[in-house]
Amino acid sequence: MTDLVQELVERTYQFGFHSDIDTELAPRGLDEDVVRLISAKKDEPEWLLEWRLAAYRHWTTMEPPAWQNVHHPPIDFQDMHYWAAPKPKGPAPKSLDEVDPEIRATFDKLGISLAEQERLSGVAVDAIIDSVSVATTFKATLAEAGVIFCSFSEAVREHPELVRRYLGSVVPPRDNFYAALNSAVFSDGSFCFVPAGVRCPMELSTYFRMNAAETGQFERTLIVAEQGATVSYLEGCTAPMRDENQLHAAVVEIVALDDSDVKYSTVQNWYPGDADGVGGIYNFVTKRGRCGHRAKISWTQVETGSAITWKYPSVILQGDDSVGEFYSVAVTTGRQQADTGTKMIHIGKNSRSTIVSKGISAGQAQQTYRGLVKVLRSATGARNHTQCDSLLIGSECGAHTFPYIEVKNDSAQVEHEASTSKISDDQLFYCRQRGLDEEDATSMIVNGFCREVFDELPMEYAVEAHALMRLSLEGAVG
Amino acid sequence: MLRIRDLHASIDGKAILTGLDLDLPAGEVHAVMGPNGAGKSTLSNVLAGRDGYEVRGTATLDGADLLDLEPEARAAVGLFLAFQYPMELPGVGNAYFLRTSLNAIRRAHGQDEVSATDFLSVAREHLTALDMDPAFLSRSVNEGFSGGEKKRNEILQMSMLEPRLAILDETDSGLDIDALRIVARGIERLRGPDRSMLVITHYPRLLELVRPDRIHVLDGGRIVRAGGHELAHELEADGYAGMTDPVPA
Repeated sequence: MTDLVQELVERTYQFGFHSDIDTELAPRGLDEDVVRLISAKKDEPEWLLEWRLAAYRHWTTMEPPAWQNVHHPPIDFQDMHYWAAPKPKGPAPKSLDEVDPEIRATFDKLGISLAEQERLSGVAVDAIIDSVSVATTFKATLAEAGVIFCSFSEAVREHPELVRRYLGSVVPPRDNFYAALNSAVFSDGSFCFVPAGVRCPMELSTYFRMNAAETGQFERTLIVAEQGATVSYLEGCTAPMRDENQLHAAVVEIVALDDSDVKYSTVQNWYPGDADGVGGIYNFVTKRGRCGHRAKISWTQVETGSAITWKYPSVILQGDDSVGEFYSVAVTTGRQQADTGTKMIHIGKNSRSTIVSKGISAGQAQQTYRGLVKVLRSATGARNHTQCDSLLIGSECGAHTFPYIEVKNDSAQVEHEASTSKISDDQLFYCRQRGLDEEDATSMIVNGFCREVFDELPMEYAVEAHALMRLSLEGAVG
Repeated sequence: MLRIRDLHASIDGKAILTGLDLDLPAGEVHAVMGPNGAGKSTLSNVLAGRDGYEVRGTATLDGADLLDLEPEARAAVGLFLAFQYPMELPGVGNAYFLRTSLNAIRRAHGQDEVSATDFLSVAREHLTALDMDPAFLSRSVNEGFSGGEKKRNEILQMSMLEPRLAILDETDSGLDIDALRIVARGIERLRGPDRSMLVITHYPRLLELVRPDRIHVLDGGRIVRAGGHELAHELEADGYAGMTDPVPA
């Protein structure tokens, strides 16, 4: 048994391979010229360049936040590359067949072969390697419904008026240090627009993947659901092994107009670093949505990767009778650190929010749930229910909960439930007596603990989440 | 068959089993009876491989030395323990748990895994036979189950896993007469030439429903009496006092 555990502990990150694609790099460091270079590379309109520059100038006046419960050496923002793109080996691919075989092989290793996805699952995949989209599928079906789903760069070229109207409308460029940085240097990402009254005919899925060494990644995602529109959006990622810490500072904005319904699901599995915590991804992300009247935004996230996670998918419940949901599973093992949670800002009357957070810590990992429930004076009849459960594996890890509740309207109902538990020896013995080894037993108990959240995931992600949970906890027991 | 020789077990230096011998041939059902503190639960825990005991002596199942094996390996060679206090596994579906267990044991024997569909049809047959609601399968393992439901769930698992050796640790405790009948029926259904069962109980009443081939009386960490069904009547009449003269098991 001890040998087995040892072997599992020493097993390297399964997705830690590095595909050999020629990469074009911007010079190290960040100044106005680099911002101009990025904008020029992407043939952007003048207004967007100005928007980036304004964000950059503001960013230079800001300090990185220091309040979060994580520890890392200071980040040298002048020691990174802010632009990288796979060099085209010919004209841009028109179909999957034309995609660089090296890139295709990378996807195959990750088990997300586009061909399979296209053929079997009916999910449109906007696959991103580094910063440039290499393939987009199912465009025709979506176009028929009037849905726009494309890379952010393409949206800037093809639908500049939509991008200009909504970009920064939920997460303003000056929102926080990392959002400002992202606004200045974002490379690419996804754009999704569902017109009024349209139910998006398929689940929209994007796979992200980091590829070039020492390249910060600055994805920008914008999802707009017009009045009465419905869309389910999936994002998943894995990252290759690294020696240097990689900064990932994405921004996701969701605009949910009146009566719309947006479901955003993500499985995050960035490289967490080696056994000593060296080389993992820093994942400092700003995700926020805004609801109109009777609109609903639901965030579901499964977070297993990254050396450090700093992330609070939030909902501004601006409209009356709007609904915000946050379902989260966060797993930290080894020396991972996570400070994650959500913010629910109640402005509209009878706005409702639900928070279900499941945190699992093992090894020497430290995990913090930080959640804000804010009920403004205007939010008569607002309701929130928060359930925050922590599961500890072993005795060297930690779980911390920081709930912030600010209520300015007497009619609001806010509930907070929290629990901390450990997997008991009795539970493990019971499972092992039924033939499961310790790893299987732990994985099963943990998956059970997460069930309320996994039930919210689209089917194909639920399966992936179970597998990921198991993979993440390998070597965490014994 | 199960063969136990000179089995000692202690916990935190306190001796609980003190040289226990017992033979349980294939196809037979034996009962182990004894007063509180006699070592009944320790016997089942030690055979199943629970951590925390210092153990010496031998216990073999069909020649395989159980005491050298991890708990899951003991399950794989066919040992099943029906727990006195079955654990709750919140969020883990009963059907999923049972199928995973069945497949783990099948894999250990080099057999193919059972598909979800095949599993469900077999599980439904067992449920019907045990007079259990099919809704059992979709509930979380033992979560919010009544005491009787938990025990019946153990019997369901035992029926599905078809062990070589089933140990029932006070499965009758806390059951009303209807639940007791269901448990007894489950045990009777499983009697077969290739299976041995060790029914550990404090009370003789289960033994009226399940006629064991032999009864062992455990006291002070050893088998102090062994005999046929008449022992149960003797115990009913006189209690455990006066059974302390050791005889060969």
